[in-house]
Amino acid sequence: MSSVKIELRPDQIEKIHSFCDEFNNEPGELINVLHRSQGEFGYLPAEVQEVIAEKMKMPVAKVYGVVTFYSFFTMIPKGEFPISICTGTACYVRGAENVLAEFKKQLDIQVGETSPDGKFSLSCLRCVGACGLAPVVQVGDKTYGRVAPDDVKGIIEEYKS
Amino acid sequence: MDQVKLTIDGKTVEVPAGTTVYKAAKVLDIDIPVLCYMDLKDLNIENKPGGCRICSVEIEGRRNLAPSCSTNVADGMVVRTNSIRVINARRTVMELILSDHPKDCLICAKSGNCDLQDMAIKLGIRNIPGQEYAEMSTYRLDTSPSIIRDMDKCIMCRRCETMCNDFQTVGALNAVNRGFEAVVAPAFEMNLEYSPCTYCGQCVAVCPTGALTEVDHTPSVIQALSDPTKTVVVQTAPAVRAALGEEFGLEPGTRVTGKMVTALKNLGFDYVFDTDFAADLTIMEEGTELLDRLTKHLNGDKDVKLPILTSCCPGWVNFFEYHFPEMKDIPSTARSPQQMFGSIAKSYFAEKIGVDRKEMVVVSVMPCLAKKYECQREEFMVDGNPDVDYSITTRELAHLIKQANMNLTDMDDSAFDAPLGESTGAAVIFGATGGVIEAATRTAYELHTGKELESVDFKQLRGMEGIRSATVDFDGLDIRIGIAHGLGNARKLLEEIKAGTSEYHAIEIMACPGGCIGGGGQPLHHGDSSILKARTRAIYEEDASKTLRKSHENPYIIKLYEEFLDKPMSEKAHQLLHTHYFERKKRVFEV
Repeated sequence: MSSVKIELRPDQIEKIHSFCDEFNNEPGELINVLHRSQGEFGYLPAEVQEVIAEKMKMPVAKVYGVVTFYSFFTMIPKGEFPISICTGTACYVRGAENVLAEFKKQLDIQVGETSPDGKFSLSCLRCVGACGLAPVVQVGDKTYGRVAPDDVKGIIEEYKS
Repeated sequence: MDQVKLTIDGKTVEVPAGTTVYKAAKVLDIDIPVLCYMDLKDLNIENKPGGCRICSVEIEGRRNLAPSCSTNVADGMVVRTNSIRVINARRTVMELILSDHPKDCLICAKSGNCDLQDMAIKLGIRNIPGQEYAEMSTYRLDTSPSIIRDMDKCIMCRRCETMCNDFQTVGALNAVNRGFEAVVAPAFEMNLEYSPCTYCGQCVAVCPTGALTEVDHTPSVIQALSDPTKTVVVQTAPAVRAALGEEFGLEPGTRVTGKMVTALKNLGFDYVFDTDFAADLTIMEEGTELLDRLTKHLNGDKDVKLPILTSCCPGWVNFFEYHFPEMKDIPSTARSPQQMFGSIAKSYFAEKIGVDRKEMVVVSVMPCLAKKYECQREEFMVDGNPDVDYSITTRELAHLIKQANMNLTDMDDSAFDAPLGESTGAAVIFGATGGVIEAATRTAYELHTGKELESVDFKQLRGMEGIRSATVDFDGLDIRIGIAHGLGNARKLLEEIKAGTSEYHAIEIMACPGGCIGGGGQPLHHGDSSILKARTRAIYEEDASKTLRKSHENPYIIKLYEEFLDKPMSEKAHQLLHTHYFERKKRVFEV
């Protein structure tokens, strides 16, 4: 169920329509349209799915079915500073799980969630190709290496002000 | 088409290329067990997601077992449907399906009529290994005015989705989430009530388990019957009498009208009346409205829109209110027979017997789930008191009769009570696709031309084709009639009207396959569409057996107008027998 209710502006609706047209409103291209839309909005709120369904002449239940099937798609807006913890093999064996647990504790949110103030969101990823720095954490575009649970509080503080 | 030769269980068979292994086996009278698979041949609806794997068979040269419902034949294929490997796999699959299925069969609404239960019996499942470690789904119960969704009982066969999307084009249900979390749900997992659902009940009609069931109104009916201060009136829809017998082991197509009346009297209803009476009344109002609109249109009145669409079917009304709100002034304003009956029972009849409407309880027996919602609509209430209090389905009536320890098959025949129990053959055929428009034609023809029909049988309007059309000669004036059953077919005719290419003067639309006889509240057909044909035959037999076969000849209808309503479309008739429609669609942010 969508937790955020928004009303789309006409120019935003126009933008979604242009994504649908780009793929000729072909039902088989739904995933591509969703991909583009998530790129634009950062997430796929119910209202965006509704506009896509209407434009592509398919039930909105079907669109929602696809959105909830693929873990790539999200209906929750990412935080201002999205935090990603690598849980690939190398990071995992060097304690990524403890780091993740500390982020959950400090922010009081679960993986896939966003903090109530909209600042931070938490996700896991598999290998950023910097295994030498394991365990690795990314906040936006910035990468932190050899992160220990004790470092977590300090990393969060950097973005709080 | 190319023919393909293959061997199934040692027997050779030749079938066209593109046939599935399941269907090829059928040719040899080998009935491979299926669960998620469903084939409604006459409706061109086939559900074969290959999801449950119960129909797995062994194919020589293939490493894995193959789902026969969705595997095509190949030349020289050697198939085994009953090897030990197949039997073991089938049992394992069944055990896995049952591992997270609730075990409350004893009190499940589907018990005794459940495909999943039947399969467990067939395969002799006696224990479920690993059950103690199985996680159980705890999805919230979704109760709408007509339908209950209990997704803990869903086995993801996707039959409901096929009916809702492919056949009805309603688009309320879809598989959402993945893995263990997967359920069939409306968009954003909102309650059915806020979704595009029309309550047609076709999802319930095909659900193999207790995941989708009707809201049970029988406890309220029993309570009303046991209250001595209440006058309890019952009305029965035409399609009920053509199907009720199936619940008592009678052959599909056996008419049980008289037995049903006896059963209802024994149950303690004070008056046993017939919705057919109100169907005759509908024809008077709708037929007059048709002629009125037609005459004005032919005289060049540009404000009068044609075609006129029938409005008896509440699933269909819900459909256009949601999907085609811009066309809501095109359907007839005549209320459905159920609501016309309730309105007349609680006004004309209540006055006649000196009972206050608040002390009268009107129960309807319907083949339909949308009727449950319809009778709760605010516009069909007077000071909060509904014209029809409770609507039960054919299945619920069967339960009531069984609860009362009666066997329908042993009953003598009784006649409906007067005055709201008298009806003509025109009213009975409301139960089958094409019937309403045929009944309207019988009356409209005679009213328009002033001549008597030589034959009342308009066979060109009958049949099972999804969309049919016919031209009827009204003494020099050609009336073009369209008929659709199934909302997907209705959508096609509506798109034509929207595009301005519709050539019809009048269109009949029924939401369910075959019309009301295939309604969501009828005995379950378990995918056998020959049952729908048998019920249709019964409906037309009942019509042919009647002395009066034209609505305007019903003496009690004539009397009702003389004593109470004046004439069709009068001010009083408008107030009691007509309605208006609303746009139902809401944006997501409004829900």
